[in-house]
Amino acid sequence: MSTLLAQSGRPFPDWAWFDERNVDRLRDLFVEHVQLTGLALLFGLLIAIPLAVAAVRWRRLYSPLLNLTGVLFTIPSAALIIAVFAFLPVQTFGLKPRTSVLALTIYTLLILFRNTVAGLDSVPRDVTEAATAMGFRPSRRLLRVEFPLALPVIIAGIRIAAVTTLGLVTVTAFIGQGGFGQLFITGFQRQYTMEVAVGVVASVLLAVLVDLLLVWAERALTPWSQSRGGAT
Amino acid sequence: MITFDAVRKQYPDGTVAVDDLDLQVEEGDVVVLVGPSGCGKTTTMRMVNRMIEPTGGTITVDGTDIMSTDPVKLRRDIGYVIQQIGLFPHRTTAENIATVPELVGWDRSRIRERVAELIDTVGLPDGVADRYPHQLSGGQRQRVGVARALATDPPVMLMDEPFGAVDPIVRGRLQDEFLRLQAEVHKTIVFVTHDIDEAIKMGDRIAILSEGGVLQQYETPASILAHPANAFVEDFLGEERGLKRLSLIPVKEVTADRGPVVTVGTNATDAREVARSQGADWVVIVGDDDTLRGWSWTDELADPVDGDAAKPFVTQVEAQDSLRTALDALVSSWTGVAVRVSGGDRYEGLLTRELLTAELHDDARARL
Repeated sequence: MSTLLAQSGRPFPDWAWFDERNVDRLRDLFVEHVQLTGLALLFGLLIAIPLAVAAVRWRRLYSPLLNLTGVLFTIPSAALIIAVFAFLPVQTFGLKPRTSVLALTIYTLLILFRNTVAGLDSVPRDVTEAATAMGFRPSRRLLRVEFPLALPVIIAGIRIAAVTTLGLVTVTAFIGQGGFGQLFITGFQRQYTMEVAVGVVASVLLAVLVDLLLVWAERALTPWSQSRGGAT
Repeated sequence: MITFDAVRKQYPDGTVAVDDLDLQVEEGDVVVLVGPSGCGKTTTMRMVNRMIEPTGGTITVDGTDIMSTDPVKLRRDIGYVIQQIGLFPHRTTAENIATVPELVGWDRSRIRERVAELIDTVGLPDGVADRYPHQLSGGQRQRVGVARALATDPPVMLMDEPFGAVDPIVRGRLQDEFLRLQAEVHKTIVFVTHDIDEAIKMGDRIAILSEGGVLQQYETPASILAHPANAFVEDFLGEERGLKRLSLIPVKEVTADRGPVVTVGTNATDAREVARSQGADWVVIVGDDDTLRGWSWTDELADPVDGDAAKPFVTQVEAQDSLRTALDALVSSWTGVAVRVSGGDRYEGLLTRELLTAELHDDARARL
């Protein structure tokens, strides 16, 4: 069996890979990976939350919006990235990070939309009724009662979307970004197994780290949650 | 004061929930809306703060037509205890209670003082202020719900089956506490329940509604029990109307019999004579100052009468207990009477079955 490792003729693991230049590069790639993911999630939330609020308010919007985001989600990632790259004005998009961010954002929509709707739906009816009966205006009720209570489900969505996006970021290496994904491309080109392996390990570690951070954030933001601290 | 004038609620599909309702809730009264499911009692209550908008007639709160008030402002001025309580799970006890004061913009120190005061008023233990609702017992959650509704001291309160979510023992205790609290705060309250016993216990007046929101009778609990307006009301009141009426009358309304009572140290022959003269084969034994010691069969009396040998009465009643409690004491005792005391052990007299029966009939006559 002929593997990259066998062909490369280099030792593995090759700790010499971690020279000053590569460590700097690794740090830049980390920043890029996190930025692409973070921006995609941010724009995803900015779009999905208003859509979710609208879908909860006007129920008949829910199915069309779910179908739309669902169809977008099913487009193969490479195809979508290439499509954005190929069909949008090249001066504005082209090889710029915004092309990647746009594609990645589209992928987050289904999960963020669906979970935000589910989260808002999970708010007990007696609680929203009590809020109305005590004189909350609808906007304040949404911000102070419904969103806080929907937060665990929304954050669960953000976790899935974050991990999915972290993986998809590597695909954007096709058009010159890709974060740690670039290590796959250059590693294969140079037949340098250690470089590919560093890319894989870094991607996995980052995904685990981000997921843990979001779990921690959920706990910090929902100290009232019933899943911890037993009833007295 | 809340006035319903020809109020009607018809849904777009044609269902009539409330039909031509005239009702006046006097200031400081608890009015209980009661009836089978589908009778529009909750709809009627929820129209007061415009959670549901009436389709006909007028509702005024303290003379102001509710339809001319901004619903949000209207709701902030009306305390609301919702079914299932509806506490905010993400807010602590203190934050829940502070809800309306925050909405209307009280400053922090005023809110903090008010919250502390209310936690005390509704009988919550210290240390619950910083707990979340899921860390509280059912009874505590209920108290927080009431405290939250009272926060800005609104003159009017709406309560939708407020004690429905707790077990019967806790419910009874919460009802008693609430009645004590209401005696201090004198809110004008519309209270919804499907439980006629709760209605009888809590209401200054009861409005009995039938399906489709038709008012069948609106009077004091005692009048309704004594004179149900029609077959529907009679049926809804259910069995044991006599017992329910007894539960409304306090022991102090009835003049107790002195009964066959002898003092410790009386000689046995005199004591038997006291019993015989009253047609009894037992005597009540009291010490000096009418301190109750117990009772004894005449043929078991020591000579002279000995207080330490007296059998204790299993149950005793006091002035504020109900005649229903007295009846229970009466049927549980060997002697067939309920003994009334004051201050725990001072003998006041005996309540007999004849006295209770006479009271029910007198009471009915007096209220005709």
